[in-house]
Amino acid sequence: MSVSSGQKYPGGPGAEPPVRQVSQALLQVEGLSLAFGGTAILRDVSLSLPQGEILALTGESGSGKSMTALAAIGLLPERAETSGRLLLSGRDLMTLPERDLCALRGREVGMVFQEPMTALNPVQRIGDQVMETILIHKAMSRDAARARAAEVMARVGLDPERIPPTRYPHELSGGQRQRVGIAMAIALRPKLLIADEPTTALDVTTQAQILDLLTGLVRDEGMGLLMITHDIAVVAGMADRIAVMNAGRIVEQGPTAQVLAEQRHPYTRQLFEASRHQAPLAPVTPGETQLSVQQAVRDYPLPRRHPLAPRRMFRAVKGVSFDIRRGERVGLVGESGCGKSTLSRAILGLEPLQAGMITLDGKPILSHGRPDPEIRRRVQVVFQDPYGSFNPRHSVGRIIAEPFHLLPDPPKGAARQAAIAGALTAVGLKPEHAGAPIHAFSGGQRQRIAIARALIIEPELVIFDEAVSALDVRVRAQILDLVAELSRRRGLSYLFVSHDLSVVRSITDRVLVMREGEIVERGDTSDVFDNPRHWYTKTLMEAAPRLRAPETGGEDDAGGEPL
Amino acid sequence: MKPTLILGALLTLTFTLAALLSFLWTPGDVEAVNIAARLQPPSVAHWLGTDHLGRDMLSMVMTGARTSLAVALVAVGLGMGLGVPLGLAAAARQGGWLDELVMRANDLIFAFPSLVIAILITAIFGPGALNAILAIGIFNIPVFARLTRGAALSFWRREFILAARVAGKGAPRISLEHILPNLANLLIVQGTIQFSLGILAEAGLSYVGLGAQPPVPSWGRMLADAQTMVSLAPHVAIVPGLAILLTVLGLNLLGDGLRDALDPRLRPSRA
Repeated sequence: MSVSSGQKYPGGPGAEPPVRQVSQALLQVEGLSLAFGGTAILRDVSLSLPQGEILALTGESGSGKSMTALAAIGLLPERAETSGRLLLSGRDLMTLPERDLCALRGREVGMVFQEPMTALNPVQRIGDQVMETILIHKAMSRDAARARAAEVMARVGLDPERIPPTRYPHELSGGQRQRVGIAMAIALRPKLLIADEPTTALDVTTQAQILDLLTGLVRDEGMGLLMITHDIAVVAGMADRIAVMNAGRIVEQGPTAQVLAEQRHPYTRQLFEASRHQAPLAPVTPGETQLSVQQAVRDYPLPRRHPLAPRRMFRAVKGVSFDIRRGERVGLVGESGCGKSTLSRAILGLEPLQAGMITLDGKPILSHGRPDPEIRRRVQVVFQDPYGSFNPRHSVGRIIAEPFHLLPDPPKGAARQAAIAGALTAVGLKPEHAGAPIHAFSGGQRQRIAIARALIIEPELVIFDEAVSALDVRVRAQILDLVAELSRRRGLSYLFVSHDLSVVRSITDRVLVMREGEIVERGDTSDVFDNPRHWYTKTLMEAAPRLRAPETGGEDDAGGEPL
Repeated sequence: MKPTLILGALLTLTFTLAALLSFLWTPGDVEAVNIAARLQPPSVAHWLGTDHLGRDMLSMVMTGARTSLAVALVAVGLGMGLGVPLGLAAAARQGGWLDELVMRANDLIFAFPSLVIAILITAIFGPGALNAILAIGIFNIPVFARLTRGAALSFWRREFILAARVAGKGAPRISLEHILPNLANLLIVQGTIQFSLGILAEAGLSYVGLGAQPPVPSWGRMLADAQTMVSLAPHVAIVPGLAILLTVLGLNLLGDGLRDALDPRLRPSRA
């Protein structure tokens, strides 16, 4: 693929002939250590990425993988204390002055960020944003830059017929925005592309497309890709080499097939086991119907086109019906915007329905638009965000005790302390944690606290709304075990809402697949997963990244078919 | 801690102490006229000199600080006391009629020039410190209502508010228990800044004769009295001018410093 006009870039300062240095690695990190105020973040990290290859850097949050990526693009914070060398095409980035680094970013190193929402300027047209990266480096004239921007946007799959460059970021879907981000990163044909969790914020089907695109770019353009991800399954099928990081060190690295097969370091093994973890779910015999959702409809008003226009409605939930029986563990899967969160909020009585009814033990959750406290206390919820779902100013004890508000006669004094202690113990924390402020706890501990809060008034049904989606794999496995144990010990029924198929598979008896406000497939979890009938369920299954059995480690299709 | 915060706190503290001290003691009597000693430059007897009626300027500044600080404090208190609950209520009922009502009433107040309203109030009730408080206070209501509403709206979208709703708590209780404490930093900072604006407004109203009436000393009226004598005795204008400048500067530095010190996002994270 070349610029259609056949025009070469005019050389910038210090431009070198585009000779491919085959003998030398494109990116060579040698003994890189980094600390902030004495706290070590990276310890003796060594990596090597040859041209035209994909290196996956994987590890849990806080392992230092993003810091390594920032070092590779010369964006380390001023106060970082560093040692070691970081060579890009033979030049040491650690010693280059900021001016040279600026010239390097975008031109020789491109970066794709995690959040396609925030990585784009919301008030600039997407075509202009792609063009800007080209113009900043004065690489070509305005007209040529516009032509190159159009070309590169077509390359990343943004069809100018459907998505013209005059669109604004908010008019695009998450996957399309990420394509714009990739277009910006590759506009100047950098030798090295760094992608920091590029698909973490995307749905599985979109994720598969973006991964295909990135792989295709590497194969066609011969650039090196440094892919940062917390999810080994995502990169297992595409990376040439994998490096596993833990606590600032690289604990294992090597060719993908070899790392997957050997798993020499215990930490790597733990990661693999955790991401394939099956929670021990005890079999139950469901009792009578507990929750009943009948023809539930939820509309949202859209803004009027002009003051006299009739109000338009968006139907988020389109006449959904299902039951949950006592002791049953039901999964609700679907991609973002399918209505699963709206539905779970309606079950919690937080949102009114426009039609249909939701009953618990035969009594409606909302009567005359007001929730009945007697009914509401039987349903509790665990939310997704371990950082946003607690008042940052409250102590753990106060947070956990909040649902007592629903009881007509809440326990006081010693009884209250005993209840808090009991709830903390049940989720594997210590009673003395009750007095601590919430910011002293890690993400996994916070989700335990959220579960303690949901359980303290002994509800009959708990809704887990993406409750493990924000957690690292090992912590996720622990929380899933806890959920399974609580279900066994307390006979708890729950609705597990998630976009993550593997999680739902391990923790539920029955599953509902939701798409565009409707349930398109339902059935026993194992049946649906082994033998999906609806095309959408099949698409979801195919798109979901999987860790294959180690021995298959064959080459995946690297066909450079443009999207 | 930043040096600007310390400087701001020191300046604010100095003027507050001077105002409090004036209740107990001042170097001279602010109501005793001594024409013979008029317009004296600063000396050992009169540290900041005397004004056109021979009154001790230091005593005038100290007592004037009392007027300025009291008027501004009560006015900001009035604005906060009404504005914050209105803002909380508007945020709790976002898009509802109450929200519309509060916000449109805010727009209405913002649309009026503040001086015109002050003149209107004075025309109806007569000039005086109380009416200055009323005029300044009214214009503080929409400032706090808007600020509170905007910040509260972002909290209403957070999951811990959803969790409180799941626990059966209603909007008033959530507003008081969960939202207001999280807005405290913001309100303290804005309060400090509005306080300095209140002092400026009081000085302005007194300057045009709509604020505190003689014989109660006021910085604004000291400036007004001084304007014909600037060429004869510059200190009579410089002293109250500096007092206003330093107090407002001090409060602004304090407000900015507090913002940085209280905002957890600007603090180094504890990881």
